[in-house]
Amino acid sequence: MAFDDTVAVGILHSLSGTMAISESTLSEVEKMAIEEINAAGGVTVDGKTYEITWIEEDGASDWPTFAEKAKKLIDQDQVPVVFGGWTSASRKAMLPVFESKDHFLYYPIQYEGQECSRNIFYTGATPNQQAEPAVEFMFKESPVAGKPFFLVGSDYVFPRTSNTITKAQLESLGGEVVGEDYLPLGNTEVAPIIAKIKNALPDGGAIINTLNGDQNVAFFKQMQSAGLTPENGYYVMSFSIAEVEIDTIGPEYLADHFAAWNFFQAIDTPASQKFTESFKAKYGEDRVTNDPMESAYNMVYLWKAGVEKANSFDDNLVREALIGVTFDAPQGPIEVMPNHHISQTVRIGQVTPDGQFEILSTSDGPIDPQAWNQFEPSSKGYACDWSDPDKGEKYLL
Amino acid sequence: MSLLLESLFNGAAIGSVLLIAALGLAIVFGLMGVINLAHGELMMLGAYTTYVVQSFFKLPLLEPLFGAYIFVAVAVAFLVGGLVGLLLERSVIRRLYGRPLETLLATWGVSLILQQFVRTVPLAWSTGLWLAAMVGLVGPLVMNRLWGPGQRPWLLRLGNWVVAVAVGVATAGWIRGAMPKLARASARNVDVTAPRWLRGGLDLGDWTLPIPRLMIIGLTILAVLAVYWFLNRSLWGLRIRAVTQNRAMSDCLGIPTQTVDALTFAVGSGLAGVAGVAVSLLGSVGPNVGGDYIVGCFMVVVLGGVGNLWGAVVASAGIGVLTDVIGAGRLLEIWPQMPAWLQQGVEFFATTSMARVLIFALIVLVLQVRPAGLFPQRGRMAEV
Repeated sequence: MAFDDTVAVGILHSLSGTMAISESTLSEVEKMAIEEINAAGGVTVDGKTYEITWIEEDGASDWPTFAEKAKKLIDQDQVPVVFGGWTSASRKAMLPVFESKDHFLYYPIQYEGQECSRNIFYTGATPNQQAEPAVEFMFKESPVAGKPFFLVGSDYVFPRTSNTITKAQLESLGGEVVGEDYLPLGNTEVAPIIAKIKNALPDGGAIINTLNGDQNVAFFKQMQSAGLTPENGYYVMSFSIAEVEIDTIGPEYLADHFAAWNFFQAIDTPASQKFTESFKAKYGEDRVTNDPMESAYNMVYLWKAGVEKANSFDDNLVREALIGVTFDAPQGPIEVMPNHHISQTVRIGQVTPDGQFEILSTSDGPIDPQAWNQFEPSSKGYACDWSDPDKGEKYLL
Repeated sequence: MSLLLESLFNGAAIGSVLLIAALGLAIVFGLMGVINLAHGELMMLGAYTTYVVQSFFKLPLLEPLFGAYIFVAVAVAFLVGGLVGLLLERSVIRRLYGRPLETLLATWGVSLILQQFVRTVPLAWSTGLWLAAMVGLVGPLVMNRLWGPGQRPWLLRLGNWVVAVAVGVATAGWIRGAMPKLARASARNVDVTAPRWLRGGLDLGDWTLPIPRLMIIGLTILAVLAVYWFLNRSLWGLRIRAVTQNRAMSDCLGIPTQTVDALTFAVGSGLAGVAGVAVSLLGSVGPNVGGDYIVGCFMVVVLGGVGNLWGAVVASAGIGVLTDVIGAGRLLEIWPQMPAWLQQGVEFFATTSMARVLIFALIVLVLQVRPAGLFPQRGRMAEV
């Protein structure tokens, strides 16, 4: 295909270190999206067609490295946009770089919210698009509806913020939280937590789980051997277990527990199936797709749509044009909102014995994102709107 | 009463994981004085061995025996850990005796190499490599038995290694075909599934005993008894103790001290492999699993008193019971009428993070009072 010119974008994920396992999959789907766009004619600006190429840097699971590489991509390579990050810590490290250079970062992961930068575009779920519907499902519709809750997580910012929100939400719903505990990162001795859960929930109940990676394996294995299983009335709702994680923990330990995401591989629509099939064709039949990957895929298409609407690669024009852009994503229709987050559909899935999800409930259409959480007292009543210069990052509704 | 029993059981469960992980280190660090930072990675190899053995038992031929794979895994993991330990001692450690700082750096390097090894080398090839090394090393011993020292020893040796390499390559090739999951290298964690009988709990009235924990407690007791027997009742154990107490004198009396060193290190490493099987029943199996346990291992050995097996037993039991009593907030249940100020204090520490802080603080306090650990070594060894 003949293009008039090329445009290079920046890709910045961890390709080495602890986060590489998860983050490298994002880099893979982003490249897949870019190739799809090129195959369909590239990006058209001002009547000229551009082929997209990429410059990739390795964040190396080290947060200062993310900031350094972001600077390099902006100053030296002069890319119009950077797709990057996974952990909140890496995003917080890059944020000052993008703000001081007035550049634009696209960040694909579901996160704790409480942030709304002019220079970041968030395509993952905010708590009201994942955690809140999940807790409401557990309280109202799950097999343990009305029973008390126990909150367990890894000891760092996302679980603690997320659980603060959950506690406030349950208070307003009339639910009861009978305990919470946090496991230090790198510690897999979960016996005291299991003992506490047993004491706090003698007749079963709901457990909200925000543990990280490896710690989930220890948690689910030992929950099962302690008899805290779905058959005995203990159901776990996890916020960071997707298809990839089921594969490493083992479906025997996870069957019948719940997870909440915007995208599941099991979604039975042509767009979803096409996404998974293209990924498998490119990277291997045994691979699976999951929510963060879908979100990374979407953001490349949203950038393309924003650029074509603005008819320019200039960040300030794209930033304005992006708001209101819609895309028919694998999860269903999504739309960019004035607070730099996107409206998305929320789904609750139950793990099946073969390691996939059965989707139990789907929200009625996309849910609008709330950057500032309405259950958390410090941000209640605030919102974010970049389409109006008087409102901006945080204004009182 | 049932509360006390439950707390004791949980303490024993946590302590036995610490102890089985630390047992190998108690030999390597305690008796030989080698600071082996790769101990956690030897455990990691044991955990991966469990995964490979499990994959073998998922083949149609062995499927009916799946429930017993864990016992095979224990034996194979001991041999895997022992072999890697032997090679490690012969190639690196023995050049560094008496130089703790260099040992520390070198073994840390080895731990990084081993982590990267499992990330980049497919398990099929690792298995083939291990098998080739086993055949190559054990072959000459068997042949000497059978035929006595041969006429052309170098020819026999060469032949033996050719056979070994052929066996290794053939096995790796066969595994690649039969078990596609082992054919590709992956940095991802793998899933070790306990056999069905090892997954549930044992119901005693309103009290459930997790079976994996019982299994680990049993395995730990067996391992401690075996180590005790080996060190105190066997010929090689006697030699090991002699070399620990006075190397020069043992050498004069005809004890092959280099062989003793290699054997001691191999046994310690083999125990790390067995510990790897145990932890694979509880947690995840991945390249980083060793790092989760190494600090706990050193903690147990140092607290118990370097060079003392019973010290390690008492220290791990103590840490286990304290972790449960503090972390699960048992004091509140045992003594519900405690004064409000005390109750607040107990509640403050009744989270896993704070329990850890408190236990570290207590260990520091104990070491202030007893710098050589709970059961310091007495006699000549202590003076050297």
